[in-house]
Amino acid sequence: MVKLTLTVNGKPAVVKFDDPQMPLLYALRNDVGLHGPRFGCGLAQCGACTVHIDGSPVRSCVYPVSKAAGRNVVTLEGLGKPGKPHPLQQAFIEEQAVQCGYCINGMIMQAKALLDRNRNPDETQIRAALKNNLCRCGTHLRIVRAIKRASGMMA
Amino acid sequence: MTTSIHGVSRRDFLKTSGALVVVFSLGDGRAGAARSPHAAQNLGKTVALDQVDGFLAIGSDGSVTVFSGKVDLGTGIRTAMTQIAAEELSVPLERVEVIQGDTALTPDQGVTFGSLSIQVGGMQIRQAAATAREALMTEGAKKLGVSRDEVTVRLGRVYSRTNGQDVSFGELVGGRDFSLKVDTNAPLKDPASYTIVGKSVSRLDIPDKVTGKFTYMQDFRVPGMLHARVVRPTALKSDLLAVDDTDARKIPGFVATVRKDNFLAVVAQNEWAAIRASRALKATWSDWQGLPDQASLWDYVRKTKINKDEVLQNTGDSVEALKTGAKKLAATYDFAIHTHGSIGPSCAIAEFSDGKLTSWSASQQTHLLRKQMAQMLRMKEQDVRCVYVEGAGCYGRNGHEDAAADAALIAREIGKPVRVQWMRADEHGWDPKGPPTLLDYRGALDAGGNLVAWESEVFIPDRPSQIQVTLVAADLAQLPKEAAHPGNIHQALAIQYGVPNIKATAHWLAETPFKPSWIRTPGRMQNTFGNECFMDECAAAAGVDPLEFRRRNLKDPRAAELLDRLVKLAGWTPRTQRSGATSGDIARGRGLSYIKYELVRTYVGVVADVEVNRKTGVVRVKRFYVAHDCGQIINPDGLKNQIEGNVIQTVSRTLIENLKFSRSTVTSLDWASYPILTFPDVPEIVIDLIDRPRERPWGAGEPTAAVVPSAIANAVYDALGVRLRSVPFTPDKVLAALKTA
Repeated sequence: MVKLTLTVNGKPAVVKFDDPQMPLLYALRNDVGLHGPRFGCGLAQCGACTVHIDGSPVRSCVYPVSKAAGRNVVTLEGLGKPGKPHPLQQAFIEEQAVQCGYCINGMIMQAKALLDRNRNPDETQIRAALKNNLCRCGTHLRIVRAIKRASGMMA
Repeated sequence: MTTSIHGVSRRDFLKTSGALVVVFSLGDGRAGAARSPHAAQNLGKTVALDQVDGFLAIGSDGSVTVFSGKVDLGTGIRTAMTQIAAEELSVPLERVEVIQGDTALTPDQGVTFGSLSIQVGGMQIRQAAATAREALMTEGAKKLGVSRDEVTVRLGRVYSRTNGQDVSFGELVGGRDFSLKVDTNAPLKDPASYTIVGKSVSRLDIPDKVTGKFTYMQDFRVPGMLHARVVRPTALKSDLLAVDDTDARKIPGFVATVRKDNFLAVVAQNEWAAIRASRALKATWSDWQGLPDQASLWDYVRKTKINKDEVLQNTGDSVEALKTGAKKLAATYDFAIHTHGSIGPSCAIAEFSDGKLTSWSASQQTHLLRKQMAQMLRMKEQDVRCVYVEGAGCYGRNGHEDAAADAALIAREIGKPVRVQWMRADEHGWDPKGPPTLLDYRGALDAGGNLVAWESEVFIPDRPSQIQVTLVAADLAQLPKEAAHPGNIHQALAIQYGVPNIKATAHWLAETPFKPSWIRTPGRMQNTFGNECFMDECAAAAGVDPLEFRRRNLKDPRAAELLDRLVKLAGWTPRTQRSGATSGDIARGRGLSYIKYELVRTYVGVVADVEVNRKTGVVRVKRFYVAHDCGQIINPDGLKNQIEGNVIQTVSRTLIENLKFSRSTVTSLDWASYPILTFPDVPEIVIDLIDRPRERPWGAGEPTAAVVPSAIANAVYDALGVRLRSVPFTPDKVLAALKTA
């Protein structure tokens, strides 16, 4: 059993594992107790598990926990809270851009990465940035509108 | 609306009937902490459908708890139910919370399917609330010492119009039972006075869902819980010949291998160990190749033994009218096998305590699941409690119930609480499927171009008497079970059009390749694809504008209004021949489709704009216009969210989706082998809602999906002049159709 201290949402978090290849997702969900990153496929195909590592979006379902040592991990919880949401989270609430919401973690984390490098993306750029994030409920148009709105709020 | 009212966390304990009722606390991240020590037992609260106490409880602080057998599958009905109850009781929205799908607490309002949550479930709650409000007014009048007609209700209080005094609901009934039958004649509020129903109240769950605070089933934990993974047969009906768990046992955290006939699972102390152990397990399965060859699926369906024929609609003499018609048409349509495609694979937890089972899952049917689990485990129904915890959207009967059965079986073997999380391949491979659907049509026009004969036949898997889907665990472990029911997939074959000679027939088939169940808009989507494409073919043969052709055959003023609104919304220009335009390789067209759902409820009309690349065969849907009339609207924005979801999911089904399989098993086991529509290809959607506050509300979770495939097919015809009669409309089918045109 290996004990490792990660930096998650700015705070130290102790995780334990036997297998250094264990995906980071399981450490975040089961050791750190976070609900933001979600298990959707385990194959880096859907995006529900997306977190940021040193500012870049990463599919935590295939990212070995041992590789996260010494890096900054940020999850959906690290952006904002219900009482104090991040502009992206606020925009998703205002646009009611959720149905079941299972994919929404990935949508917000991927959008955050987009807005970090392009503050004012147009609709085509937003759609292209999210092309590898799957939503089954069909909330896409609201998600695009929410990201547009967030970009306006952050301007 | 604020986040404070979400989360069922305001009162963990709710006192009714003198018994302590434990309310599960699901939104505040402390899920599991409030588990009852006697979780499976009858908690003393009535769940009777005819009792006000079945549906409602009012605390001494005046807060209202609604007990709903219908559950929010990500569709927003938690919010809608809150609106309905708050409105009818005249209490502020913030004072109402909803407990969903708990067999110990909520009435059995039927499976959450069929677009019935608001239409049936919501109206039962409305009537219970109206009964409660009337009783509170009577009690309030007594307390205030005035006559019954001198009181009014507002914001959870009864007011006297004469002496200026008032009393709160909490003071009148707080913490006590109503002990009152639901009065089906209790007067309902005048919709003109509504302040909550009909408003776009923000969804109560969204703030927690976008911040990671929400507890999905996949997040739910109970103390002392172990993790399990199932190991499924390599072929659907293989037998397990041997298991070697030598390597699995070496994985730290390994607890046990569970085997019962062909049911196989591994249990471990942590999740990753369970996954590793499931991969390390060496199972030897027998060969089985009993599936049909996918390349000749439709021949297989057509040749499948028919158990019985059922005439669903019979008007006039279609045989004679077909003989004498001036112009005759015939066409065959097919609709591929589809999965539900939940983004979150199914997950469940089971715990046995004192011989009683508590099962947590995202089941759309906790009451039915309880019955099935009791049967499978040879237990008494009252010793099983099934509790709903929201999961990823399921869009029908997917794998949630099967994961619940897996967990129950393993937990009983192990003697500890067990969490089963399906992997992606389990979900794609083992959720029950929307069956292959084959449709034949014949029609005739008279010399004046009037549609005089219509015959339709659908080939679909037979229905046993009980509407339930066999649990995978019961199948594999050879435990007691019922046969699988595909859902009412004959619905919507009958047409609303006033054709003088109609015959619609279902051929109920003896078998189908995969265990069937109801995917979203089951049968209605496939049958309406056939109906509305063939209607379009008849209109073209008659040389009549397709909208005008439908209008001529509809006598219903509500249908006429809907079509008028659609014409205006989409800017529909009447046409007697194809209007499609071509620039370079791109051909553009528009098509329409219409339904009155199941002939008795929600009206939907749509227009689709498409672009087809003649060289590559790729169809792109650019825009959908939707005119929608489901009667009284509870939450307009919530309704639009549902309509958008219907359109997008069904565009995906129509253009892309097709379950692949070998002679042994499903080979579409992930999103690469079963792709769905992604952001760049999602159409714009323009919606016109027709609100009728004085009419009863009808369902909206399904009807729009019914008209999407045919609208696209009809638009492709407008663009190219070829008919696409096989879903999905993949580029190879488009190119083949162009070649034969």
